[in-house]
Amino acid sequence: MLEAVPIEYFLYLCTLLFVIGVFGVLTRRNAIVVLMCIELMLNAVNLLLAAFSTYLSDAQGQILVFFIMVVAAAEAAVGLGILVMIYRNTKSTDISLLDQLRN
Amino acid sequence: MQSLLPLIPFLPLLGFLINGIFGRKYFSKTTVGLIGSAPVLVSFLLSIACFNEVATSGPISVTLYPFLSVDSLQVPFGFLVDQLSVWMMLIVTGVGFLIHVYSIGYMHDDEGMWRFFAYLNLFIFSMLLLVMGDNFLMLFFGWEGVGLCSYLLIGFWYNNVEYGKAARKAFIMNRIGDLGLLLGIFLIYKTFGSIQYAQVFSQLGTLEIGAGVVTAICLLLFVGAIGKSAQIPLYTWLPDAMAGPTPVSALIHAATMVTAGIYLIARCNGLYSLSPDAMHVVAIVGLATSLFAAFIGLRQNDIKKVLAYSTVSQLGLMFLALGMGAYSSAMFHVTTHAFFKALLFLGAGSVIHAMGGEQDIRNMGGLRKALPITFWIFLIGTFAISGFPLLSGFFSKDEIFAHVYDHGGAIWWALASIGGLLTAVYMCRLLYVTFFGNFRGTDDQKHHLHESPASMTVPLIILAVLSVLGGVLNLPHFMHIEPSSWMAHWFAGNGVGGTPVIPMGEIGIDASTEWMLMGIATAVALAVIAVGYVMYSKPDNLPVADAQQSGLGKLFANKFYVDEIYDALFVNPIARLSKLLHYYADVWGLDGIVDGVGKSVMGLGGYFRRLQNGNIEYYLMGMVAGIVLLLLSVFA
Amino acid sequence: MTLAIFLTLAVIAVITALLVVLSRNPVHSVLYLILTFFTIAGLYILLNAQFLAVVHIIVYSGAIMVLFLFVMMLLNLNKDTEPQKSNLWKIGGAVAAGMLLVTLVGAMRGGIELQAAAQPNSQVGLVENLGKVLFTDFVVPFEIAGILFLAAMVGAVLVGKRDLKL
Repeated sequence: MLEAVPIEYFLYLCTLLFVIGVFGVLTRRNAIVVLMCIELMLNAVNLLLAAFSTYLSDAQGQILVFFIMVVAAAEAAVGLGILVMIYRNTKSTDISLLDQLRN
Repeated sequence: MQSLLPLIPFLPLLGFLINGIFGRKYFSKTTVGLIGSAPVLVSFLLSIACFNEVATSGPISVTLYPFLSVDSLQVPFGFLVDQLSVWMMLIVTGVGFLIHVYSIGYMHDDEGMWRFFAYLNLFIFSMLLLVMGDNFLMLFFGWEGVGLCSYLLIGFWYNNVEYGKAARKAFIMNRIGDLGLLLGIFLIYKTFGSIQYAQVFSQLGTLEIGAGVVTAICLLLFVGAIGKSAQIPLYTWLPDAMAGPTPVSALIHAATMVTAGIYLIARCNGLYSLSPDAMHVVAIVGLATSLFAAFIGLRQNDIKKVLAYSTVSQLGLMFLALGMGAYSSAMFHVTTHAFFKALLFLGAGSVIHAMGGEQDIRNMGGLRKALPITFWIFLIGTFAISGFPLLSGFFSKDEIFAHVYDHGGAIWWALASIGGLLTAVYMCRLLYVTFFGNFRGTDDQKHHLHESPASMTVPLIILAVLSVLGGVLNLPHFMHIEPSSWMAHWFAGNGVGGTPVIPMGEIGIDASTEWMLMGIATAVALAVIAVGYVMYSKPDNLPVADAQQSGLGKLFANKFYVDEIYDALFVNPIARLSKLLHYYADVWGLDGIVDGVGKSVMGLGGYFRRLQNGNIEYYLMGMVAGIVLLLLSVFA
Repeated sequence: MTLAIFLTLAVIAVITALLVVLSRNPVHSVLYLILTFFTIAGLYILLNAQFLAVVHIIVYSGAIMVLFLFVMMLLNLNKDTEPQKSNLWKIGGAVAAGMLLVTLVGAMRGGIELQAAAQPNSQVGLVENLGKVLFTDFVVPFEIAGILFLAAMVGAVLVGKRDLKL
């Protein structure tokens, strides 16, 4: 498979997915969608790590993917919890309204 | 002996620690006195043992541990006890012990007695380090230590602002000298590659006489000696140092610390012998100081001030001897001076004690009946310092005068003799005004008059005996009484390098001339004592108040206005300059810059705070822009 | 053949990812994201990382995305009611993302030289191999990850409680 698909292809694909995620984070106002875009970015990185892992025949890259999954799952759980809390208080998930940090 | 040697300085240090830490709360005053005195006594006994050891088997040197080890600079914490240092050790611990004992009686009513004894012990420790060290760094260590103790003890009664100022003055004046000493040590290291005595002095043969660097070293070291030993122009601190308790004046400001400068030059006699120019400077400064201080001493009315100026004058005489190459004569005078000046100061302390703190001799008079022991020992001290025949001062001064006549010529001798004459004059004036005539104090003081307790009088009697007999140490060779010139021979013994510690000074004048010089000096001294008795012992012949002085007397009474001149030349300009700097450089300049930085940051922050609008979208956009810029900067 | 599969999966992944970002209804976004994850799982298999692919499907599609859907239903967000950003913001976001893409691609083209392993080993991604590495070299991070999970769980529960009384 390595002969068939050069590693550069994976690089470009992952970059593209990552940038799409960034674009989503920048343009969407719904906090849940923003969280999903972050997941997308994480997955782009995961895919790249797995590709390098195979390319270099080194299992450590895949191990790192597991740890990123752990962090992503924890982040999703806590992030959504916070989101529910915010919704309860503001009746909205619009991040434009979340400028409480200013004070 | 080698293993016991470190005990000599460290026992007093132990005493300092014990008294300093526990003295205030746990010890009675008697205990404090015992703890303070006992280590000094043990040190004295050990010093005597050292003396025996040096006499039989030569110098002892002990290295405790490497003190400083930087590149080629290797300085051990080591002791070198040779003929010169063991002699200083005997003086420091011996006179020191007597003064400790005296202080038990003198300071018994003082609340801070524990502090006093702690400082005294620290002083003994520092002074022993100074004379026992085997390198210039240890000397400097002790040098600074005694300076600190001097400061602490001058300002012992720190509640009095004037005393505090006197302490500060002494400290600052000493700092000027210390700078010279330090530079001298640096120059020694640069020239010889070492600051250990043995290594420095063994290289002296490679230098030619009159080499510029040797003169520079000698003059720098002499600047240090000027500061510590109160010579012109840095002598003004010593009279002010009389603010301290009288035993301090006796121990530090007369008998031991101020002779550190003499010790330094005697220790470096090999260096000085290579530099005739530096010797000349030493001699001139010594002679000038000797005369100058003697003139001021003529018109002082404070009993301790008179003695202080007398000390300055005698130190000048010692430097004159050093400048004439008569190192062992200078050390001889150091020794006798330590005896009779300590005696005089302690006697003065006894008088002050009896008078309830009064120090002005115009308010005393007729004390010889009330204080018989004090009177007699004061008389002995005065006669000894004046050069009364066969007392210690007679021999030591006479030897110096003989050297001056030999190396300097008749004019130098005449000037030096005038100094000696003046010494006799002001000392006799002090003696007669204080102890003869009628009592002039208040009735209260008269009622209170009493002889001092035994703890004070016994040290006085011992010192009096030493003052009388001290001349035996170094009888003139032309008298043909054995052992003649014992002390000169002692110092000429072989030091650590196998060379004499202080080479024998040669006197090139014949015995008849020496007899004549001695005769003149004796006649002058006796005449002054007799004339002084006639002049000052009359009840109504009193020194007038300072304001009524006129002409030269006014000049003397005001100490040649040296303090005022220094104030005008140095102190006030510097004070004014620092005020200017305070306003322009500090308040306006530095504070302006500091405040300006703060204000500009605040102003900038005012703009940047708008970026912190709390809206996540802006932050995200900033983050992405930051990542782009970062990547561009790395890869583009 | 492999290249064809890769290209197909890649195109699907990019398209669905774009749809995640662009669709108005959040629920649609979630569904598209699940599709993206499936294509990514396919790519994992293509990379001989079978275990990773399985775990990926279980964790992301099975757990995390269900959680998202659940929250969305809970909050009643399955409508096109999301307020839209102004066009200025959208253009700005597109420009910023585009800049990032250009920079990243430029960096990759200019600065990276890769050297494949001398002896490729297709067994790396199998569970036996990964398990050995995970429980020998990475056992401490593994345990720490467990503690992180515990902390996240406690945190999520605390945050979600209605009236917190501490």
